Amino acid sequence: MAFTIIDGCVNCWACEPRCPSQAIYLPAAAAGAGKPHFLIDNRTCTECAGDHAEPQCASICPIEGVILDSSGVPLNPPGSLTGIPPGRMAVALAEIQAR
Amino acid sequence: MELKILGQDAPGGGAAEGGCSSSSCGGSPHGSPNGNKSPLSHLPEAVRAKVHNHPCYSEEAHHHYARMHVAVAPACNIQCHYCNRKYDCANESRPGVVSELLTPDQAVKKVLAVAANIPQMTVLGIAGPGDPLANPERTLATFCALSAKAPDIKLCVSTNGLALPELVEELCRHNVDHVTITINSVDPEVGAKIYPWIFWKNRRIKGLKAAEILIEQQQKGLQMLAERGVLVKVNSVMIPGVNDEHLKEVSKVVKAKGAFLHNVMPLIAKAEHGTFFGIMGQRGPTHTELQVLQDACAGDMNMMRHCRQCRADAVGMLGEDRGDELSMERIEAMQIDYKKAMEERRQVHAAIEASRQAQRTKTGATFISLSQVKGAGIKGAGRKETRPVLVAVATTGQGLINQHFGHAREFLIYEASSQEVRFIGHRKVDLYCSGGDTCGEAETALERTIRTLEGCEAVLCSKIGFEPWGVLEAAGIQPNGEYAMEPIEEAVAAVYREMAAEGRLDAPVADKQRLTA
Repeated sequence: MAFTIIDGCVNCWACEPRCPSQAIYLPAAAAGAGKPHFLIDNRTCTECAGDHAEPQCASICPIEGVILDSSGVPLNPPGSLTGIPPGRMAVALAEIQAR
Repeated sequence: MELKILGQDAPGGGAAEGGCSSSSCGGSPHGSPNGNKSPLSHLPEAVRAKVHNHPCYSEEAHHHYARMHVAVAPACNIQCHYCNRKYDCANESRPGVVSELLTPDQAVKKVLAVAANIPQMTVLGIAGPGDPLANPERTLATFCALSAKAPDIKLCVSTNGLALPELVEELCRHNVDHVTITINSVDPEVGAKIYPWIFWKNRRIKGLKAAEILIEQQQKGLQMLAERGVLVKVNSVMIPGVNDEHLKEVSKVVKAKGAFLHNVMPLIAKAEHGTFFGIMGQRGPTHTELQVLQDACAGDMNMMRHCRQCRADAVGMLGEDRGDELSMERIEAMQIDYKKAMEERRQVHAAIEASRQAQRTKTGATFISLSQVKGAGIKGAGRKETRPVLVAVATTGQGLINQHFGHAREFLIYEASSQEVRFIGHRKVDLYCSGGDTCGEAETALERTIRTLEGCEAVLCSKIGFEPWGVLEAAGIQPNGEYAMEPIEEAVAAVYREMAAEGRLDAPVADKQRLTA
């Protein structure tokens, strides 16, 4: 059981010091591979079982959709961090632009 | 009646000879109805001594002294709707943006090298790109090494306040005596529109509860610092339709809790910055709205108006950034004698103080009588009030008019009236982006500058070319190069006097836009 960080991670470092298993790391840049982002070592990740009630990386990550659980489902789905679910987007836009 | 020149805080050590040579003395603590005596003039001597060479805390000092930020603190424990956690950008100039993240060791090396290359430097701040106190080990390790290796450099930290109460003791131990807390609301209903979530006690908390905890922590941290004699400045981001009216309440509350300066800054929100507010089309305040709010808050609190909202890795005088010429790569190659550098700083600072003292003595003696101001333009016995005027100034520092019009990337804006000359803000010409002249739109650099100076009736500079002179005049902005190398406030007062004498200030205020900065 382990989480995965996918493309879209902005390298903000928030998760790295929070991991109780030190499973999060920034790989060295590989030639021609673009800028690397943080990754989770799937051998050491415990999904915080036994350490915390909630997974720490996913609880501080500011980007929706970039941390997946072991079945590939985003831990922070669209709208979960902005507080604006996709269905309410049009209303929220209109409200904010009227300010 | 006299025209008094304001806008300079009193000397730290120079006031020994019984009182105060500063022109700003004598004002009531919180100023006139429109609120703006010298922002720091009423502070206790000990506080003034602490801020008088701090460019971010003293308007006058920012003409003379430099600061730097080191980007050692990437992680953040909250989300603000005006911030994007993708902070890596070379061209943007706004808070929370940096080019290179440093380790504490690199940061210490960089600070010592910059302080050796820019001897006007007095201040080192850690302001991100995340929240410095959400990275306490990295932040404190940097402070710890610097307080030992460069004890003459003031250490500052800027925080959202969430982790502040638990770190107050630690900050005091590392000689941090200036803390800035960003407080955008004291009401969770307002806060919830700005902060979607916080990370608190190992959980993500959202909505009202999140704002409630954050506000409580900020207020608690502010009080704890004030009790320990640490100077606290409060930054607030003005977000129209969200917290604009509410910031008046914030100003009152933070003053009561012991903050000594309030800095209300305009929201920066552009879609290309990738922030929530930028993408959603939340607008920032106009120059007018910002100034009206700053003036309203000034009745209760000392307001700061010279903030440049700099990057979290800015280097140099406020409004300039020498980060590129002092990159980590270049610093690694430098040979520096640290002891000699510290001695050079001491000498440079002494020279700056001597020149400030001389300027103050001169300025303090300059009172311009209103009868002179009224002069020839006034006929008969009627007491006609001359209207206030906005004047733009091109300066590279030292409190002098010493910059060529065409070189100015920003202008300081002063309001001259029959009562006083006061600094009310600055306007950047190429806001937030240092890309090419033709970046995006087909507006020439000169047109852009003139748009920036909207509402000003004169612009003072050391020199100006023939072509811009004509264009400025046609736009109703009188260029003036006659006060090159003169102290700013005096020159602005003199220009105001000339305009009054020419009868140009008799007309009533026609356009309410005119009084905005």
